[in-house]
Amino acid sequence: MEPTDLVAMHMSDGIVNAPTSIVFGVVAVLGLAVCVARARRDLDDRTAPMAGLVAAFVFAVQMLNFPILPGVSGHLLGGALCAILVGPYVGAICVSIVLLLQALLFADGGLSALGTNITNMALIGTFVGYGVAVAMRRIALRSRGGLVATAFVAAWVNTVVASLGFVLEYAIGGQGLALGTVVALMTGFHALIGIGEGVITALTVGAVASVRPDLVYLTRSATPTLQFKEARA
Amino acid sequence: MNGPGSGRAPLSACSRQRSVSRLPLAFYAGFLVVALLLAGVVSYAASSSPDGLDAVTQTGCELDEAGEPVGGQCIAQNAGEHATANSPLADYAVGGGEGTVGIAGVIGVLVTLVVAGGLFWVLRRRGSRDDTPSRVE
Repeated sequence: MEPTDLVAMHMSDGIVNAPTSIVFGVVAVLGLAVCVARARRDLDDRTAPMAGLVAAFVFAVQMLNFPILPGVSGHLLGGALCAILVGPYVGAICVSIVLLLQALLFADGGLSALGTNITNMALIGTFVGYGVAVAMRRIALRSRGGLVATAFVAAWVNTVVASLGFVLEYAIGGQGLALGTVVALMTGFHALIGIGEGVITALTVGAVASVRPDLVYLTRSATPTLQFKEARA
Repeated sequence: MNGPGSGRAPLSACSRQRSVSRLPLAFYAGFLVVALLLAGVVSYAASSSPDGLDAVTQTGCELDEAGEPVGGQCIAQNAGEHATANSPLADYAVGGGEGTVGIAGVIGVLVTLVVAGGLFWVLRRRGSRDDTPSRVE
């Protein structure tokens, strides 16, 4: 007997074949190893508790499926949100911990699918979202509205590109539906889900920036870790 | 009378205390309360429709009342039973009980905070009293 408030969200075991799961498991482990090594410089007495709270917040918001079409819902992935608040390396670890606990404790997302789910939502989602946010950083620094707009756009792109991660994995090791149909449905659904992701990310980043602007990584760090050495105006 | 160390100990204790009191504890508490309310209360209003990914993997199949594919052809037919399906918190219900999603959510938020916060606390740079941590290389 399934509870009516069932929320199943991420890729299950067997959606892609074993070799594909293993390959992306290795990708996830290598990516996270880099993140752990680089996260240290972004963590101190003040940002470490913030990062723990951001992970807990992403866990909470991922439970909140919102309707996008009749019979279809979506939920936050969280990559851009984490990257903007705590940086991409710490952020990718935040999303990964959420995915790990969901799979271990809540039977949400298969254990053998952890590699694909972490690759898509934690690595691709976070770093793509951060890349967009850094590209828009000049706008984000200009005003609160600019920061909120940046958060929205970064989150929308992070959702759509993360869904393309699934398309790639399915193309390599999945079966059951024509690839063209998978591409069309995944991008179509996630273009809509991305609007919700964008709104949630914009609201959250805007709220944090209004109370504690010093806890927003994107606008605090003078030199973002990835690229773009840019003098502050 | 004063040795070189006697003047320094209280100073460093004092600056340590100031550094702790400069932590945004009220903000942390507010952030946690918001997360707990979302997971513990707002989660009851969440849509129970399949998400975008599940909707794609179920395309082409007829589903039974539990959402399991029973006919047709779709990606979800390849999915196996979840390895932790018997977890006491499986499917965001405590012991499989109906209406317990909020309790499961609160547990999840607290466990995530402890695991992630604990890891980040261990990984952090120690002893920095710098006001501009992210700029330090």
